[in-house]
Amino acid sequence: MLSKRLIACLDVRDGHLAKSVKFVNTRNIGDPVAKAREYYLDGLDELVFYDITASSEGRRIMLDVVEAVARQVFIPLSVGGGVASVAHATDLRLAGAEKINVNSAAVRRPALIAECADAIGNQNIVLSMDIRRAPATADIPSGYEIVVNGGRQPTGLDARQWALEGERLGAGELVVNSIDADGTRAGYELRLTRMLSEAVRVPVVASGGAGEPAHLHEVLTEGKADAALVASMVHYGHYTVSGLKRHLHARGVKMRMSW
Amino acid sequence: MVVIVDYDAGNLMSVHRACRQVGLAAEIASEPERIRAAERIIFPGVGAAGSAMRSLCASGAARALVDAFHRGTPMLGICLGLQIALDRSEEADTTTLGMVPGEVRRFRLADPALKVPHMGWNAVRVVRSHPVLAGIEEGDEFYFVHAYYPRPSAGADVLAETSYEGPFCSALGRGNFVATQFHPEKSGRKGLDLLERFGAWDGTC
Repeated sequence: MLSKRLIACLDVRDGHLAKSVKFVNTRNIGDPVAKAREYYLDGLDELVFYDITASSEGRRIMLDVVEAVARQVFIPLSVGGGVASVAHATDLRLAGAEKINVNSAAVRRPALIAECADAIGNQNIVLSMDIRRAPATADIPSGYEIVVNGGRQPTGLDARQWALEGERLGAGELVVNSIDADGTRAGYELRLTRMLSEAVRVPVVASGGAGEPAHLHEVLTEGKADAALVASMVHYGHYTVSGLKRHLHARGVKMRMSW
Repeated sequence: MVVIVDYDAGNLMSVHRACRQVGLAAEIASEPERIRAAERIIFPGVGAAGSAMRSLCASGAARALVDAFHRGTPMLGICLGLQIALDRSEEADTTTLGMVPGEVRRFRLADPALKVPHMGWNAVRVVRSHPVLAGIEEGDEFYFVHAYYPRPSAGADVLAETSYEGPFCSALGRGNFVATQFHPEKSGRKGLDLLERFGAWDGTC
């Protein structure tokens, strides 16, 4: 059987590693290439780079970072942040990214998902969704709304409907990122993750809120996620990749334990 | 020199980078004469069997690959490169190279919780020893991404199995051709070790 995946997310701003709380107050916390290598050697299953740079100069630095990481890290590498065209996705792929995450640009123009799926294959196009709790209404029946632009702007899109639409358009995987939980270290949004995982047939990655190993365990079991994404838990040295995997493995979650 | 066969089927740079990491000199090429002259060949690929076959036939690479196989050149197929070596694929009902007897089928799983493609890390159990797979231990996992799986006709060609609802063939070999359904270039140290062993393999087993 497939193992559950532990994914580390590195937010990169102008070539440096950054970490935010609820998507604001970002600060630099180190060299992304060194971090990527450290996690890889410690048994990480997959790596995600999120480009939170706005400038085109920053975008070029990002390509260099991806290339430098791809030269020494031999696990799947995923990149997102500001991808709005097949050309940008292709540049990132040539630099060494396996999977491309699309987010706000796909909300503005859903055809982007289908275009990328055609160009680079369904399995390589990931729909990343930033989601916030909202009062359940006729438009937002699930009680969860898609937000864009770093979590600031509501869209009126229902999270469950958008997940199904993304799958239909050809996304091979979904990242479910709870803005409410992001950076709180109080645990993933279990109800949301489970709802979306049960709604689609593609793998679901849980993101936002991990603070202790038990949170990963609950989202991979109760939350029905295929993979758990962590950031600050490992970036600040409170936990190690191998330590988290051992914790999960010891509690019966199937993990890759030799590398 | 290893020739990595280019036929517009996915990102070959990751295979190239992994070769470089284990000290294997490699070049990416699609010309039939370079494939025929190669010391050893890696035949990678992600994508659809139909368009891959069209591209291979149009460039003459298909013929060159089969020639190299019959001449004894050590060859490693990866993912779609494995599937295309069989006789035919259910994917768009495609006739493929026929270097290894067998066919390729789509996963049809009874359990609705299991997702297709089969994507992620899964255990590879060696069922017949082979120099390129030597060193894979019980429980070692490799990275997979695929919706179709190989069914070689001859049981003796099956080198390793992996379980996804039921067992399927995840590595096969016949003579100087060896192939993995998983991606050694994305499977960490264990995958790099496999590439390194391929680099040292003389094509016999």
